[in-house]
Amino acid sequence: MKSAIPLLALMAAVPAAAEPTPAEVQKIMQRDFHPRGQATMERLAQDGVQRVCTEAHDKPPAEMANALQADQLKTVVFPQGSLMGDWKRGEAIAQSGRGLTWNDKAGEPAGGSCYNCHQLSPKELSHGTIGPSLRGFGKARGNGAEIQRYVYGKIYNAKAYNLCSQMPRLGLSGTLTPEQIKDLVGLLLDPASPVNE
Amino acid sequence: MKLVALGAALALMSAVQAQDASKEIQRYRQMIAEGSPAELFELEGETLWNKPQGPKNVSLEKCDLGRGAGVLKGAYARLPRYFKDADRVMDLESRLLYCMETLQGRSREEATKRVFGSADRPAEMESLSAYVAAQSRGMKLDPGLTHPKEKESVALGRALYFHRTGAWDFSCASCHGDEGKRIRMQDLPVLYKPEQARPVVASWPAYRVSTSQFITLQWRMNDCYRQMRTPEPNFASETTVALIHFITATGKGASYAGPGNKR
Repeated sequence: MKSAIPLLALMAAVPAAAEPTPAEVQKIMQRDFHPRGQATMERLAQDGVQRVCTEAHDKPPAEMANALQADQLKTVVFPQGSLMGDWKRGEAIAQSGRGLTWNDKAGEPAGGSCYNCHQLSPKELSHGTIGPSLRGFGKARGNGAEIQRYVYGKIYNAKAYNLCSQMPRLGLSGTLTPEQIKDLVGLLLDPASPVNE
Repeated sequence: MKLVALGAALALMSAVQAQDASKEIQRYRQMIAEGSPAELFELEGETLWNKPQGPKNVSLEKCDLGRGAGVLKGAYARLPRYFKDADRVMDLESRLLYCMETLQGRSREEATKRVFGSADRPAEMESLSAYVAAQSRGMKLDPGLTHPKEKESVALGRALYFHRTGAWDFSCASCHGDEGKRIRMQDLPVLYKPEQARPVVASWPAYRVSTSQFITLQWRMNDCYRQMRTPEPNFASETTVALIHFITATGKGASYAGPGNKR
């Protein structure tokens, strides 16, 4: 008469272990990783944004998010004058997924990996869906100074606008140069860009 | 793919007695006809398993993968798990490495010199993984989840899954966090959800058609971290084992159908 009861009791008697804190995880990673190429160990040190987003599983309280977003906005260095560069160069940057990995050569121009997550030009069918579709982005919003500034800032530091966005801080991390970011602004906002067909 | 097949076939031929060669060629032709390149790696893995190596010049035939010395049947289906002799949780690759060190007397440095191969030259670890995993085909995945260190390992794996890090602020969940998402055209399974984790853990390790390589779960963790722009995780480290343990625990109960084929 050994029913299912002992089995159920056994299953209930297996509690999950306590999850380690972000600081503990970071310590374990520092022990378990090694630097390779340009990918140095400092990259494992979480900054405030990474820590808060880890702790909150990407859903921080609004007040905290707003305060940290304001801090992040201060990191954005806006160039003088028009922020809209060459959309053709921007398209090449959006296509490229190179840069910052341990097998990318340090100092070589990186890409923005934009198509990995976003739809942009309708000609490119192989696009990801982690981020929203940006097709027709400029057509819907024009290309005035304000929207140029928003797009430039968003690419430079996505966390200034949405603290736990999955988008990398492409300017702040040194992935893209100001010139490259301007070319991406062009890709999104120039009426001649295929994005706005 | 042809190169790999040829390379594996040559390695296979050199490993068998001359009188068996024609029989082996026949077997090879049949496998190609059946379109299952993973089987070539399984055969190469069998050769390597039985081959005396290292300072002690012994094979891995006495390696205990958790079911007893030399027992291969069903061993992969119960990994990762805690091993008392090593006093730590191990996945398949870390256990194979342990056997290379303890049984064969090989140094960690030598045994891990080339753990990820190329299309032209597969790595020993990959072929061994194929061979061992294949002998759990059709069995339910049942990783160790009861020992305190097993619980700790799964909890660490879960924490790592959501831990944002690296130059691009990614966690595993940045890509594998919401259902129905893609990178370019590649679908992204959400590996903390059992129904999405099950088919994944049921098919690794696997032959990858696009790169003509046999790829393992340690390779998968390594290449995800590369794309996350972190430094490189050590092979078979607690970090990579914990992640593999977490996703296997999530997908437990799946019937093992690998080594499979991937895009």
